[in-house]
Amino acid sequence: MSQPTKGFPLPSSLKVVPGTEAAQAAYPYYIQFNPGDDERFWFYNSMHFPEPMHHFDMVTAEAAYCALGSFNTRVHVLPTTKGIDHRIINGRVFIGGVAVTDPAEIEARTKEFQQRAFYYYEHWETLYDQWKEKMKALIADAQALPKPSLPDLEPIETTHTGKGVAANHALIDTYRKTLEGYFRMWHHHFEFLLLGYGAYLTFFDFCKKAFPEISDQAISRMVAGMEAEIFRPDEEVKRLARRAVELGVDDKFHDNMVIDDVLAALDQLGGAGKEWLKDLETSRNPWFNVNVGDGFYHYHRSWNDDLSMPFAALPGYIAKVKAGQSIERPTEKLIEEREQLVADYRELLDTDEDRATYDQLITLAHRVFPYVEGHKFYCEHWYTNLFFNKIREYGELLAAHGFFAEPADVFHLTHYELESAIIDLMLTWSSGSQPIGPQHWPAKIAERKAAIKIWAEHTVPPALGQVPDVIDDPAIVMLWGITRESLDAWLSEGEGPSNELKGFAACQGVVEGTARVVKSVEEISRLQQGDILVCQVTNPTWAPIFQKISAAVSDIGGSMSHMAIVAREYELPAVVGTGSATQRIKDGQRIRVDGGRGIVTILEDEPVLENA
Amino acid sequence: MTETDAIGWFADLRIDDRPTVGGKGASLGELTHAGIAVPPGFVVTTHAFELFLKALEQASPVRALVEALDPADLDAVTALSRALRTRVEQEPLPQPVERAILDAHARLTGDSGATVAVRSSATTEDAEDASFAGLQDTFLWVLDAQDTVRRVRECWGSLYSVESMTYRRKHGLPEDGVAMAVVVQSMVDARTAGVMFTRSPTTGDKSVITIEGAWGLGSAVVSGEVTPDRWVIGKITGEISTREISDKHIRQVPAPHGGGIVDEDLPADLRTAPCLSDEELQALRAVGRQVEKHYGRPQDIEWAIDKSGTLLLLQSRPETVWSAKAQAPVAAPTTDPLKHVMTIFGGRK
Repeated sequence: MSQPTKGFPLPSSLKVVPGTEAAQAAYPYYIQFNPGDDERFWFYNSMHFPEPMHHFDMVTAEAAYCALGSFNTRVHVLPTTKGIDHRIINGRVFIGGVAVTDPAEIEARTKEFQQRAFYYYEHWETLYDQWKEKMKALIADAQALPKPSLPDLEPIETTHTGKGVAANHALIDTYRKTLEGYFRMWHHHFEFLLLGYGAYLTFFDFCKKAFPEISDQAISRMVAGMEAEIFRPDEEVKRLARRAVELGVDDKFHDNMVIDDVLAALDQLGGAGKEWLKDLETSRNPWFNVNVGDGFYHYHRSWNDDLSMPFAALPGYIAKVKAGQSIERPTEKLIEEREQLVADYRELLDTDEDRATYDQLITLAHRVFPYVEGHKFYCEHWYTNLFFNKIREYGELLAAHGFFAEPADVFHLTHYELESAIIDLMLTWSSGSQPIGPQHWPAKIAERKAAIKIWAEHTVPPALGQVPDVIDDPAIVMLWGITRESLDAWLSEGEGPSNELKGFAACQGVVEGTARVVKSVEEISRLQQGDILVCQVTNPTWAPIFQKISAAVSDIGGSMSHMAIVAREYELPAVVGTGSATQRIKDGQRIRVDGGRGIVTILEDEPVLENA
Repeated sequence: MTETDAIGWFADLRIDDRPTVGGKGASLGELTHAGIAVPPGFVVTTHAFELFLKALEQASPVRALVEALDPADLDAVTALSRALRTRVEQEPLPQPVERAILDAHARLTGDSGATVAVRSSATTEDAEDASFAGLQDTFLWVLDAQDTVRRVRECWGSLYSVESMTYRRKHGLPEDGVAMAVVVQSMVDARTAGVMFTRSPTTGDKSVITIEGAWGLGSAVVSGEVTPDRWVIGKITGEISTREISDKHIRQVPAPHGGGIVDEDLPADLRTAPCLSDEELQALRAVGRQVEKHYGRPQDIEWAIDKSGTLLLLQSRPETVWSAKAQAPVAAPTTDPLKHVMTIFGGRK
């Protein structure tokens, strides 16, 4: 236990980094720290927002907390917690829960919760089927939104059909629908999430009591589903590898290929080449709508936006297919293994009562878990991708009208500011004069670009304010894994060996090798056979390159993350959620990954030259 | 009584033979039967002891003197202990008993000059109490047949140690049932040895296996002369969640001249090197699970890995500390599984 004198700074003591005041002030007023916030406990949400926030990307925090809070506070009525408030300083998102402490209120909310949440549990499958339909309809709506554009003159059809609405109106209409869809998507996202995690955590809690030394990893392996949509993209890459061999076009794929050249060559080839391209299209829609990150930032691009990831995997898979090796995901075997694990732990229980409870809880966990695993494909990947790409189209339009230099500069505007820029453009397109934006935005954008650079170099405390005696907020425990113990660990940070990083043990095995710090998908071609991948976020969309690496380390993620599940399937030693691996490990260093204990050790300080 | 009753080979013994071969002997028989590798050997049964005791009693009383003892009279207990141990160690063995031990020894070692371990194997339940188990003798690296006979007699003699007799008198145990079997088995020239619990000694968790080991013979670990390396492994998953590699300053090895064992200093690189590989840890886990399944309860196991890398079990007995505790249900049973989610959503109780 740490010293009682230790504590976190108060929000009011945190200063905006000099020179970035204007960028800080540009975030909405309601997410700036205010004096009353000193009375509360806040922690830095490095799990979801590990990098300084572009002003537009704050819409993700806003929409997500709007939805999370609504379901906790007013829909399911969680007894002991309400929603989550968020603040931003120096580009970093801090969050604080709103606990319910009055026993009478807890009791009243418990009654409500039991008739609301229990209804969801009882009708889980039906409601989840319905959910998928809702999500698909929402995605279809987003896909149907037109690309924003302004003709010089309206097409003659506007007149002939008596349309009665000019093109500039579509700009605001589409923009508002885009935003509306994003906020709605986040509501859908949280419709089941807390209840799903709650059922899982109930089983988790039971296992920890029955088996005090059981690893998180063992419990998650018992619960993990095998059929979730999120595993599908990797399966599609494998399918394309098999098709390439079947069609005899496999010689077109090799390491360091230029993807556009390969696509052109296949097209020119005709016949078999075109056939494979058709297969590629089938895979891309919808399965390549997956981000290489977790979808919270506009620059987490999808496979469809950048084919580097699936193409990096093709040569390896093709070689295996040609060597007669199976690359199929052995779903049946995985399910069998899971069932065996559940049975083996059950056998260790001492009493019939415990076995009965265990059966109830694992059954419930297995019922709810498909949602917890499945929703990400629809929400964080597919929908988020559509959303940011639509905003990118606005970026192109505004850049074309001189508002800023690069289309991606649009993400330096808040969603309110973007609406104002759109209206500026609408007004001046209609009046026939010049928009004001081109004089207004470039300086601000330059200022914010610089601020994000500065903030990226600047660290913030992991938490702020009064440390509570216990963290009794199930949402915070579930989604962020934050407990009183983890706070104590934060307070004593820096007291462990300086060459060691701790994270979640995601997949056992001890491996030593060369660290390859990969900060974006463009860099994956640097990975050599046997390298240890060190990256910020890993999710199943990185699975295709697991065949190439000997271990994986990430900044973010828990033992239940998809990354952990996939790593175990590939028997790839992995430590996730280290917090700072990409900052502390230098590219080329030799490191040791102990995936059974969740420890990464830096073996030497000096980067070594690659042998390759 | 015949010569064959005096000896029981591991392969012919089961756990039910405990009254005549003791807990250790019966367990080694049971393990052999279950297909688990143990150093081969035999048990000098309680029949052999009884036969010898009969001969002793004919010369002058033994049991009557013990039963007449006042456990509080330490001088009397000490004097009798000295007298009886001398008799047990020195008076002539009945010929059939001596013959049986020498023959069995020859069969076990094949006259190869191989050494054996001689270990007492108590026959009563309460003799497995930690308090009593410590009183029993184990002789390692016993060189030849004559030496083996001598050590068997010393094991028998331990029944008449001060502590042992005092214990029996305090608990009013009849001398009639007091007997001792002795295990004789091939000595393992251990590269690494130690102990394994098929549950956590600290939390009682049955889902993990705890392994402790050090270089050389396991006696260094059991006696606490070396701080062993320590691992905690998921019993079912095989995950290695704890690796504590200690500074193992010595190892115990056979004495270079003559029987017994000696401490040997270790070179620095070996001291801090793990004494087991991950593969060996997994092999230990597998055998630990197998033994536990065989007995249907958690086990406390002694093991060794010989110089050729073969894993052998030296002993397995039921874990007693946690198994004796009453088990409360982990969660209050309810017919409505949804009630359980309130442990997460209901807040602190």
